[in-house]
Amino acid sequence: MIEWTTFLLLLSAATPILFAALGETIAERAGVLNLGVEGMMITGALAGFAAAHATGSPMAGFVAGAVAGAALSLIFGGLTQYLLTNQVATGLALTMFGLGLTAMFGKPYEGVKAPSMAGGPLGINWVIWLGLVLVPVTWLILNRTRPGLILRGVGENHDAAHALGYKVRGTRMAAIAIGGALAGVGGAYVSIATVLQWTEGMTAGAGWIALAIVVFAGWSPWGVLAGAWLFGGVTVLQLRLQAAGVAVPVQLLSMAPYLATIIVLVIISARHKYAGGGGTAPGSLGRSFHALR
Amino acid sequence: MLRLEPRTAAPWWLGIVSPVMAVVATMIVGGLLFALMGFDPVASIRTIFWDPLFGPAAGYSRPQLLVKAGPLILIASGLAIGFRAGIWNIGAEGQYIIGGICGAAVALAAYPAEGFWIFPAMVLAGAAGGWAWGMIPAILRNRTGASEILVSLMLVYVAQRVAAWMAFGPMRNPEGFGMPGSRNLQQYPPASNPELIAGTGIHWGVIAAALAVLATWFLMSRHIRGFRIRVAGLAPRAARFAGVRPETLVAFCLGLSGALAGMAGLFEVAGPGGQITDSFGSGYGFTAIIVAFLGRLHPLGILLAGLLMALTYIGGELAQLMLSLPAATVQVFQGMLLFFLLAFDTLTRYRLRWGTAR
Amino acid sequence: MNRRTLLASAAAMALVAMLPALPVSAQTPFPEGEKLKVGFIYVGPVGDGGWSYQHDLGRQAIEAEYGDRIETTFIESVPEGADAERALTQLALSGCKLIFATSFGFMDAVINTAAKFPDVKFEHATGYKRAENVSTYDARFYEGRAVMGTIAGRMTKSNKIGYIGSFPIPEVIQGINSSFIHARKVNPDVEMRVVWAYTWFDPAKEADAASALLAEGVDVILQHTDSTAPLAKLQEKGGIGFGQASDMAAFKPTPRVSSIIDNWNPYYIRRVGQVLDGTWTSHGVWLGIGDGEVEIGEITEAVPAEVKAEAEALRDQIGSGAYHPFTGPLNKQDGSAWLAEGQKATDEELSSMNFFVEGISAQIPS
Repeated sequence: MIEWTTFLLLLSAATPILFAALGETIAERAGVLNLGVEGMMITGALAGFAAAHATGSPMAGFVAGAVAGAALSLIFGGLTQYLLTNQVATGLALTMFGLGLTAMFGKPYEGVKAPSMAGGPLGINWVIWLGLVLVPVTWLILNRTRPGLILRGVGENHDAAHALGYKVRGTRMAAIAIGGALAGVGGAYVSIATVLQWTEGMTAGAGWIALAIVVFAGWSPWGVLAGAWLFGGVTVLQLRLQAAGVAVPVQLLSMAPYLATIIVLVIISARHKYAGGGGTAPGSLGRSFHALR
Repeated sequence: MLRLEPRTAAPWWLGIVSPVMAVVATMIVGGLLFALMGFDPVASIRTIFWDPLFGPAAGYSRPQLLVKAGPLILIASGLAIGFRAGIWNIGAEGQYIIGGICGAAVALAAYPAEGFWIFPAMVLAGAAGGWAWGMIPAILRNRTGASEILVSLMLVYVAQRVAAWMAFGPMRNPEGFGMPGSRNLQQYPPASNPELIAGTGIHWGVIAAALAVLATWFLMSRHIRGFRIRVAGLAPRAARFAGVRPETLVAFCLGLSGALAGMAGLFEVAGPGGQITDSFGSGYGFTAIIVAFLGRLHPLGILLAGLLMALTYIGGELAQLMLSLPAATVQVFQGMLLFFLLAFDTLTRYRLRWGTAR
Repeated sequence: MNRRTLLASAAAMALVAMLPALPVSAQTPFPEGEKLKVGFIYVGPVGDGGWSYQHDLGRQAIEAEYGDRIETTFIESVPEGADAERALTQLALSGCKLIFATSFGFMDAVINTAAKFPDVKFEHATGYKRAENVSTYDARFYEGRAVMGTIAGRMTKSNKIGYIGSFPIPEVIQGINSSFIHARKVNPDVEMRVVWAYTWFDPAKEADAASALLAEGVDVILQHTDSTAPLAKLQEKGGIGFGQASDMAAFKPTPRVSSIIDNWNPYYIRRVGQVLDGTWTSHGVWLGIGDGEVEIGEITEAVPAEVKAEAEALRDQIGSGAYHPFTGPLNKQDGSAWLAEGQKATDEELSSMNFFVEGISAQIPS
């Protein structure tokens, strides 16, 4: 069943959520829970499409998607880091804002076609390759470099990191912006590479799936890759099975990744609780930081 | 450099002034946005904020504010208690959906029986369904330490798919020509939750919301458990020394907020919504989180915040039909309003100071 | 009113049509010099390029037709349920005397609102509940599907055609059956692959569904979902498809070789005219190619001339009423007899269709 073409489909379906989930992983490792992924993705999808259409270059589109995603995320960053608003509420508002904003400014792009994208090695385009390469790179940066160490320290315990003289706010703003940029690229992939056009609301919940993947992954980039393939795989596989004439219980099957996520979360949390160690949620996740001194 | 300094005690008037300032700021920026889009800013703002309350059709839209705000307030009241204790249930949407399904299941099982017991049984089933869905993250957190934020969020997606499955499968209306969706409970009087006093918009859900505001206010300010919740949120360690068992608190907060969200779902499916469809959860559970924060986690604040949210929804629809303002523009305006409210809220908790830290 | 009489059926439609003019429907023309306000509610954004977009074209068509005798307004992206009832009521309160509710899910909300505003006329698309001031209207999409099926059966080289279904509801099942029957008629070796997307509009998922079908060796795709994403996918990977709901002309001449267009304009223009001259009465109609409500978009040069001629002949035969796409002999999927030689399916059977015809191997999810 899993032949090469199906695997290619899976890779393509997994790419937008892979980018967004990697970005959210970086933000969450810094202690920031940004529920605005969907809003940033859709913004990236529109900005990316508009730029690709204007310049005729998909590359320019992805850059624009990243910039737009990062720009929107800075609204969230400014509010949560400088004005200390609640992250959950601000993230939800960001999603609402992003969906509205893109629907408003996207009107002129309806019914316009995207420039075609060049293929890459093995028939896999270079954005998919980039996503795959980003997985080890993110892992290396988070686990083997000093900025990565600081970022994790800020996420684990912001008071301690602050006491050690690290800039909690600056680090978090950077993580939020990177998260926004990657979500923007993920969104741009939907409009430029998957669907090849712009329509409002086109990311259709991919941002929420990315949030689930981060948890499924236990906040590890490799886990994100596995999660993106699982979620992408379930979608592709059920469509593929249907196309092959196999009756599949679509609703039940589509619940499976979420239930799997809960089970994985429970296992890693239990391991952490009883045996110590193991990946679990960053200690300061979702909490506002305010330096008293 | 500008910096924030926590307030020990905010002056009482600030709690009133800051949301008003936020609304004014939204009106100014939003007005500019509307003007840029080629709409009359004054008329737009008036249509959104004034007309639903005092406009020509206000006799209809005022009661509708209650219908729209009811579930938001009911859910947010429960959520705020948990948020005060540092327990983050962000899966109210899922509890709302499951509550609606459980309540509707009672009605559909009883159909076409008559009996005064049916509606109360549905309320209980709705609350129990929401409670049970909320207890899953509570138990998992207590047993394994799994984050309730994430488990409750995952369970929203599961609940949405359960709703779709129900609408196409077990609950599909046998007389509905194969279309998805259950029977309409509005047409089954023993199970319906109608408007109680004509022209007021008040149904049992609105009454439940009002009671929830009173009860949570009493709990938080007059009851020992409320005191414990507040202590646990402000100083978790001190609470532990004072004999507050965190496990109990987690179960209490998630169970209570789940039950209230479940009841909201039931009142909606039996009342204004009428039936279980594949899109039954229409975001009330998420919007209620915003309402809880806009209301500063205080019951009275939640009441006002819920009404304000409802106002922008209804005003937004009016702006669409009277001024042809696109739905998207209204959505952007709502997003901005939330940003401003959240930002200005900071002023009540912190003081703005010039200069570097001491 | 007895629920039974509300059930969708030709019989019920006939009954409504035969009712003697009741006092309420004994109407006077709409006063001259006064503007008729016409309201619309859409389930999606007008920019969806498909379902709601086509209804909005209908709104623009009545504006163009009647100029300053009327005034139109609309509310888009209205969720089904309580919000729909409020949106309808607000339209009625703002002075609309004729309201078009353009999604099946608005049905109960329309009936409730209509009971509160007896002097406002409601038109509900694709529903089956009517009242004295509530009409229903629907389109026989399956007629258009028959034409698409003919082209698909002739054009496929792999003898596999794919169908992206939205939800397993009668309208979609009729479409799958109709296109399969007519593809088989011209190509006995043809097979039909069905993928249920469980959405009306999710471009990424529709694109994935198209890819899954292509990977299965399908080279012609019919879609019953509203975005152009499957066509974009076909353009990228090869194969042909059809415009759905709107013409989707941007993808001419290929992959979009033809299209099935929901053209609500003639119906909307007629009904507004009837309100203006006071002849509007409640009815339930199910209109097809012959009434101009289902339109076959231009068949492009990518289709050989003889296939085009064959498809157009079928279209004209259906349009004139000479041919019904569901004419026996037809068996159900399990091999049991359904329609005898020459027997035509009734509208009741069609409007609650929940089975595939013989020859389709896919299953309808339950």
